Amino acid sequence: MIVDFLAAVVQLVLVALGAPLLIGLVRTLKARLVGRRGPSPWQPYADLRKLLGKERVVSTTTSWIFSVTPIVLAATMLVSALIVPLVISRPALGFAGNVIVLMYLFLVATFFLALAGLDAGSAFGGMGASREVAVAALAEPTIVLAVFALAMRAGTINLGGVVERVSADPWLALAPGHLLAFAAFFIVMLAETGRLPVDNPATHLELTMIHEAMVLEYSGPDLALIEWAAAMKLFLFMSLLANLFFPWGVPTHTTITTLAAGAIVLGAKLAALAGLLAVMETAVAKLRLFRVPELLAGSFALALLSVTSMFLLR
Amino acid sequence: MSAITYVLAAIVGLAAGVTGVMGMLGVGLTCRLPALLPLGGVTLVLDPLAGVFLAMIGVAAVPASLYALGDTRHTRRGRTAYLLFVGAMAVVPVAGNALTFLLAWELMSLASYVLVVHDRESREAVRAAWVYAVMTHAGVACLMVGLLLLGTWAGSFEMTAWRAAAPSLLPWPRNLVWTLLALGFAVKAGVIPLHVWLPLAHPAAPSHVSALMSGVMIKLGVYGLIRVSLDWLGEGPPWWGTAILLAGAVSALVGVLSAIVDRDLKRVLAFSSIENMGIILIGLGAGVLYQAAGLPALAVLGLTAALYHAVNHTAFKTLLFLGAGAVVHATGTRDMESFGGLIKRMPWTAACFLSGAVAAAALPPLNGFVSEWLTFQALLQNLLIERPAVNLVFALGIAALALTGGLAVACFVRAFGISFLAVPRSDAAARAHETEAPPRLAMAVLAVACLALGLGATAVVPMLAGVGADVVGVVGALALGDALVLDVSGNFASLSMPVIAIALALVGVGVVGGLAVTGRGRVRSYETWGCGRMLQTSRMEYTATAFANPFKRVFGFFYRPVPQIDIAAHPASRLFVQRIEYANPTRSLFDDWLYRPLLTGVNRGVRVVRVVQSGSANLYLAYILVALLVLLVLA
Amino acid sequence: MLRQLRTGLRTGVVTEPALGTDSVPFEVVGARLREEIHRRFKRSLHIRQVDAGSCNGCELEISGLIGPHYDFERFGLHLVASPRHADCLLVTGPVTLNMAEPLRRTWEATPDPKFVVAVGDCGRDGGIFRGSYAVVGGVSRVVPVDAIIAGCPPSPAALLAGLLAVISQRP
Repeated sequence: MIVDFLAAVVQLVLVALGAPLLIGLVRTLKARLVGRRGPSPWQPYADLRKLLGKERVVSTTTSWIFSVTPIVLAATMLVSALIVPLVISRPALGFAGNVIVLMYLFLVATFFLALAGLDAGSAFGGMGASREVAVAALAEPTIVLAVFALAMRAGTINLGGVVERVSADPWLALAPGHLLAFAAFFIVMLAETGRLPVDNPATHLELTMIHEAMVLEYSGPDLALIEWAAAMKLFLFMSLLANLFFPWGVPTHTTITTLAAGAIVLGAKLAALAGLLAVMETAVAKLRLFRVPELLAGSFALALLSVTSMFLLR
Repeated sequence: MSAITYVLAAIVGLAAGVTGVMGMLGVGLTCRLPALLPLGGVTLVLDPLAGVFLAMIGVAAVPASLYALGDTRHTRRGRTAYLLFVGAMAVVPVAGNALTFLLAWELMSLASYVLVVHDRESREAVRAAWVYAVMTHAGVACLMVGLLLLGTWAGSFEMTAWRAAAPSLLPWPRNLVWTLLALGFAVKAGVIPLHVWLPLAHPAAPSHVSALMSGVMIKLGVYGLIRVSLDWLGEGPPWWGTAILLAGAVSALVGVLSAIVDRDLKRVLAFSSIENMGIILIGLGAGVLYQAAGLPALAVLGLTAALYHAVNHTAFKTLLFLGAGAVVHATGTRDMESFGGLIKRMPWTAACFLSGAVAAAALPPLNGFVSEWLTFQALLQNLLIERPAVNLVFALGIAALALTGGLAVACFVRAFGISFLAVPRSDAAARAHETEAPPRLAMAVLAVACLALGLGATAVVPMLAGVGADVVGVVGALALGDALVLDVSGNFASLSMPVIAIALALVGVGVVGGLAVTGRGRVRSYETWGCGRMLQTSRMEYTATAFANPFKRVFGFFYRPVPQIDIAAHPASRLFVQRIEYANPTRSLFDDWLYRPLLTGVNRGVRVVRVVQSGSANLYLAYILVALLVLLVLA
Repeated sequence: MLRQLRTGLRTGVVTEPALGTDSVPFEVVGARLREEIHRRFKRSLHIRQVDAGSCNGCELEISGLIGPHYDFERFGLHLVASPRHADCLLVTGPVTLNMAEPLRRTWEATPDPKFVVAVGDCGRDGGIFRGSYAVVGGVSRVVPVDAIIAGCPPSPAALLAGLLAVISQRP
């Protein structure tokens, strides 16, 4: 009982405090790959701390939706942190939700962020909102089909159940259907978290922005919450990729030692995925916006192939 | 004076609601009045399925009547038609024989026709009512033929007799009756491609009528489909379920895609109704397929998902239409491109419309999400049917449902965001004011209902599962988890909406508290960042058309937009551009490929046949003589 | 794609160490917020660059800061797109008449605590455009300036040293 509570706290703290480090790590790796020394991996913490101390400049055209959105974003990400199996296979709120609930919680965040973008009454915000919901809508079928592929083998869509099923049979993770679903989900992760080639998180050209355009109006603590929530979203998506598709090392029993071991294993997997992401972002250029649906259609085709493969190789 | 009609309608609605809940809980009633009408008389039967739809009438009619209380523009004809409309809708689910059913159905259609054409001066309303009348009577024709055939083959026009005679029917009569009845009910439910009347009639009607039409009337089409696929005709072949599922998937996608690009707020809501009917039919189709495959527990799951989404849709669509009605009344137009900034001028309406939008976009923790989640669970377990063709149909259904869910979020971000947020785009929107107390109360009640239906899923789903079990014929209760958690099919999936909602609330409070500790207090107001531009007007805002542009591009094969650019130059030189007008209207696939050829063909045929009606009295006498001779020979 | 990765890995990190602040034409105007700036922005400074009518010479030098050789990100400095995200406005140009009001609005849109660094001789007093009918003549005539990095244009090394000096970082 105490250990369960401790596990929940560990998961929450890991996501809340580890997410900026993940973003920092990706940035540093990207810099090194292009010959720069780059910022330190701990830089996002300094950025967030500084933002918390700044003033909030609120636009006169906005309404309560603008002020509420950062809180909604942070809340949905933190609650999702308790549903995703990070250090153990059955986290605190794992019974309350599954992958579909998770995806729709992320959609709640997208919904409110898009509304906040429109609330500012600027062309940038509307443009960001329109593009963001278009990309999110087109990524949905891939996610659900990938979930279906996993559920086929596991007999359940509860995240803990999927993790345990693949843990019980480790070579299952290298089945062709599984790998195809991983590839499809990786592309969806790029789309949903706003990374290259879908969206450039470091761009200054408003016409190339998707996520950034919606947050141009935010300042101070609101901006800190939104950046933090975006970092947590990347953390959660990467953890899903790591633990759903390669759940080697995710403990199924909850003791102090297994919690520590689970955290270390998760850290290693995330570091590896961060490296993969950094390499990918350095190597590809951003896609033109109207080519993004082609990319997402490609990921849908991969997911469909994965479902077919799992079906035929039952 | 006018208030009395609406109060009466509300009382009828309340009575229907209470009776409905009683019916759901198992109270069965039968009432036979053979002497009332010839050809079988009136029979009224209350069973659990009828109860669900009666309860829906209660959920929709009470707030809609409350909303209408605040409006004094209605004519006596409109008010009487409204009362008849509500009454007829209440009789349809409890009709126990063919005659009662058809009478109530036709009365419902006629009353709603009168309501749609209430503004006889408007050409748009007259055309909408005309299309509605033609389509609905085409449906009634199918229903009449189907019910007459069924009654003849089953030996009686009572529904109980149909159930008894169903097993002895041959396959081809059963399939024929199903096809006819399904077509008739599909017209009413707004299934693609028979949906053309919906986006015309719903916007033209007054808002409280639109709310009832979308919220209840089209559900009665679903009621009919459930009855005919699972009840009256016994067990059918799998292609029934496949047809319903595929029709549902197509309706859902076409509905939401059409909603995203429309600029008339009420038409957006009408297309969203088509989308939600599609989702309901996906669940129903899954249920029918499981029933045909011999998996009654999953059939109950599919049916429960369909019924739950139907109830939820009633709640949030009524709310959205009442909100839209308030906005249209305040600004005088339905065009979203004229709205904007209404959240500051109509805060109550905005908050209620937001709840409806979040529910319609199927987002947790409101009700739309739970029923869509349940539909997903019904679809994801299809591997228990060991037929690849069926599995493929289910996979298509899953992909369609997921895409619909994402597109619905986009649709309602646009509907709420463009209408209510930022700066007013016209003087009408700038002068808008909040509605009176009765509409506000109606909307608030529905918003609370949406939240309650979502958080209270663990109470509602077992009740609906009981109804589903009764229809499918499963004895014994399904294990569906406890008061906090909804368990589907053992440990296939579980959901606890209250836990998630409480967690969100607690974490939200925690975040706010954390910020207060770090000194979030300092706030300064300044204009929106516009690159330091001197002039910030409403022309800088995003428009509804612009918001839909990515979708028009991606789904261009469906919309087939026709860009029209009109450039007006200065008379002195064509190089000095004074004005550019850009329009990018979409074309309707169904109008161009189905209805226009059909109507052209019908017109051509009619012109040929018109020769018969020459106007000569001698020719008509000759016709009578020939007919008489033929009949004498045949007899 | 692979060729680019191979080149990047083979070349390695080419970032040069930054100059000390002694050899830089850098000037602090007033002691406003000195302590606060040092306390808040020592580890993380977000900069919004504003072109108030410059010839783009200073912009080219500023863009050198982002590249691998000068790499100002290693010190926690970062360029941002919106003044709402910024702590410091890096203003170039003599402030033409048309850009005076937008510059002022940009300054108002930036949340407190904030400071302004004027870049180049033009930013200091109008530079070679001083006295022209089309310029206001120096950034300090439009918004309060806290530091000036003079030069026409100042080299990236000087810019970097100047910025680091403002936030009191030892390179």
